[in-house]
Amino acid sequence: MEDEMMDEEVIKKFLYVNRKAPYGTVYALESLEVVLIGAAFDQDVSLAFIDDGVYQLKKDQNTSVDAGAGMKNFSKTYRALEAYDVEKLYVDKKSMDERGLSVDDLLVDVEILDEAKMAEMMGQQDVVLSF
Amino acid sequence: MKFGILVNEGPYQHQASDSAYQFTKAALEKGHEIFRVFFYHDGVNNATRLTVPPRDDRNIVDRWSELAKQHNLDLVVCIAAAQRRGLLDENEAKRQGKDANNIAEGFRISGLGQLIEAGIQSERLVVFGD
Repeated sequence: MEDEMMDEEVIKKFLYVNRKAPYGTVYALESLEVVLIGAAFDQDVSLAFIDDGVYQLKKDQNTSVDAGAGMKNFSKTYRALEAYDVEKLYVDKKSMDERGLSVDDLLVDVEILDEAKMAEMMGQQDVVLSF
Repeated sequence: MKFGILVNEGPYQHQASDSAYQFTKAALEKGHEIFRVFFYHDGVNNATRLTVPPRDDRNIVDRWSELAKQHNLDLVVCIAAAQRRGLLDENEAKRQGKDANNIAEGFRISGLGQLIEAGIQSERLVVFGD
């Protein structure tokens, strides 16, 4: 991992695109695992939340067996991202509107982008990982 | 051009795994370099040597192994994703106290840092997923 041949000068813009609901599939959890490991590489990281991916940031997630899912609630980890210097979180406006969500419903501070701004932001990235 | 490849879906279940293979093969034939192919999510299942598809179907796992041999490809399977899904190499099987391992020839198991490194080192990282 900490390969000697790696050029330490290289800082790329990494974008993680999250498009899936948090518990229906493992994509959200495993995407977060990449973000956390990736943070050790000191790259310029952004996260985007689109479609059902916006639910990943929803407050008051209850994943207990009684509530239905019976899975580990990993939503608190999004609040810890700041400590990893992952501070650029972008949320798609249309996805929020379609689901009746506002920034007050979210766990963390985000920037809401419309489709054009989201596309522009994506265009500025070097590496886009889509989950 | 130097490419990194990310495969996020399993064999036979999803076309992403076929597309990734076809892309990788075509890129190599055109003289491009493949820095690494990284398998994540259900994509780790592309690396189990216990796969036995019907005879009239393609063997996706063997196909990767052969391509790796031919071109000295670096095929890396995410360790965390692999362990969840029951994919182990000899060392991991021993470490976890399991009685067998199932990784196919040409693949190796390593950490997610290898994916980030592929993103940094490659000119393009191409993601094959759902």
